[in-house]
Amino acid sequence: MNPDLIERTRLSASLGYMMEDYVRAIDTDDLERWPDFFEPDCIYKVTSRENVEAGLPFGVIYADSRAMLQDRVKSLRDANIYEGQSYRHLIGRPWVTQVDGETVRAETSFMVVRIMRDGQSTLFATGVYQDVLRVTPEAIRLRERIVVCDSSRVDTLMALPL
Amino acid sequence: MTESSRTPWPRDDLTRVPYWVYDAPEVYRQEQESIYFGPVWNYLGLEAEIPQSGDYKTTFVGDMPVVVTRAADGGVHAFENRCAHRGALLALKNKGRAKDFVCVYHAWRHDCEGNLLNATFSRGVNGEGGMPSDFDRAHYGPRKLRVTTLCGLIFGTLSDETPPIEEYIGEPVLARLKRVLHKPLRIYGTYNQVLPNNWKLYFENVKDTYHSSLLHTFFATFKVSRLSQGGGVIVSESGGNHVSYSLTHQGGEDSEFDKERLRANQEEQFTLQDKSVLNIVDEFGDGCHVQILSVFPGFVLQAIHNSLAIRHIQPKGTEETHLIWNLIGFEDDDEQMQVTRMKHANLVGPAGFVSMEDGAVGGFVQRGSAGSPNESTVVLMGGSSTETSTSRASENSIRGFWKQYRQLVSL
Ligand code: FES
Ligand SMILES: [Fe+2]
Repeated sequence: MNPDLIERTRLSASLGYMMEDYVRAIDTDDLERWPDFFEPDCIYKVTSRENVEAGLPFGVIYADSRAMLQDRVKSLRDANIYEGQSYRHLIGRPWVTQVDGETVRAETSFMVVRIMRDGQSTLFATGVYQDVLRVTPEAIRLRERIVVCDSSRVDTLMALPL
Repeated sequence: MTESSRTPWPRDDLTRVPYWVYDAPEVYRQEQESIYFGPVWNYLGLEAEIPQSGDYKTTFVGDMPVVVTRAADGGVHAFENRCAHRGALLALKNKGRAKDFVCVYHAWRHDCEGNLLNATFSRGVNGEGGMPSDFDRAHYGPRKLRVTTLCGLIFGTLSDETPPIEEYIGEPVLARLKRVLHKPLRIYGTYNQVLPNNWKLYFENVKDTYHSSLLHTFFATFKVSRLSQGGGVIVSESGGNHVSYSLTHQGGEDSEFDKERLRANQEEQFTLQDKSVLNIVDEFGDGCHVQILSVFPGFVLQAIHNSLAIRHIQPKGTEETHLIWNLIGFEDDDEQMQVTRMKHANLVGPAGFVSMEDGAVGGFVQRGSAGSPNESTVVLMGGSSTETSTSRASENSIRGFWKQYRQLVSL
């Protein structure tokens, strides 16, 4: 194996570890931890392949700071009304597309099942996380996460983040 | 439930609506005929979706699939997305460019206006088979819609009786539509929100100004809205079109909310850490920052802060509705304005701070009323009239909806 490939495989494993923690925070209703996976200055966007391919910039959610993500959690906890529900994320292995110093780009597939309070489980979303990450010996954080859903349909509402 | 076992619905009473209208299959079937094929203007899309000759998009008028095209002369046309031969879809994409429409099944060819140009092998093969000699192409073709455009919007109708669009919308509502759509539009993004309820429950929700600060507690929780702020609800003469608007809100304490001890948590002081989602540009120069406008039976124009959007309500059976969102702005938006609109778009849509509840509440009614087809919903707020009102604590625009509905659908 060439050294570059070994390096990328290692990096992919580290990113994967962080992403497992990210989806655990959402799936176990530990939403307050969710913004901490991002840099203070960050982009988080949920959009669709249709929008991306058409060059359309808007999606379902857009935030350009960690503070906006914290506000979203606050709003979900104290302002918004939605029926009891939870997600189960399954994520693929991060595919490292670029390494530039401490800046790493990666793509990771995801699949989310939504479980409603009455037990109804449905495939809620599939897609890919297109990430720009800052990798330092201390931490791995998201500078940018574009959540590109494969489908443009959203069933009923998207309360919890992807 | 059979038609005869239903509770009768008094013709002149707009303050009660029996629940059977939301789930009876025969009501749905009748709506297809009486509303969507009747004297109404169905929203078909934006001119900006098909800017060039040869561009097309597909959409729906009720259950009927429709192709909307821009022909060589620049005119907009619409016809049923159904091959004249055996009924296969003619266009298989959401959007595209074409010089003609050749059916994939047996290759019948149609032009961009929906005329059948050619039926393959109609003279037979080697002198055998083919169409009868009196086969006339002119009599075979998908249904065509009469099309009109207004402020960059495309509408179509299947009835000869539908009045001109300006007259159909009615002056006071039309003026507030032109207030927003006053220059060339651009499209910023799209999504399809699938609602677990009858289409009428969503259209009523759009017209229901009473619920806005009660169901949606985001503004109240973060102290930015008041029920008492100025504004009003205008209902068209026909009843089916409406606009509600409210004048600027400055935030701060909201005495109305405290008085009524509304659901929002009052103990804790909530503030947003990133207030950019509330920084409003007064782009229409009149201090009005929330306006919702609807045109019967399926069009909604929204201007919430600087988030502008068109929502197209598409029925998909008695208990499912597709809400097609197009987030829009203007061609001359600068980069700053684009970012502002993108941030304000967080307020709306399936993940919207002030509107995610609208995706679910129709389903709550659908499920809540499932065992009571013969009971009725109460639409008494603000009396029984459909007149324009200055109060948001009124259901006049919902009664207006039923006024036009009942004019068209005899139940
Ligand atoms: S169904 Fe279209 S050509 Fe036969
Ligand atoms: Fe609402």
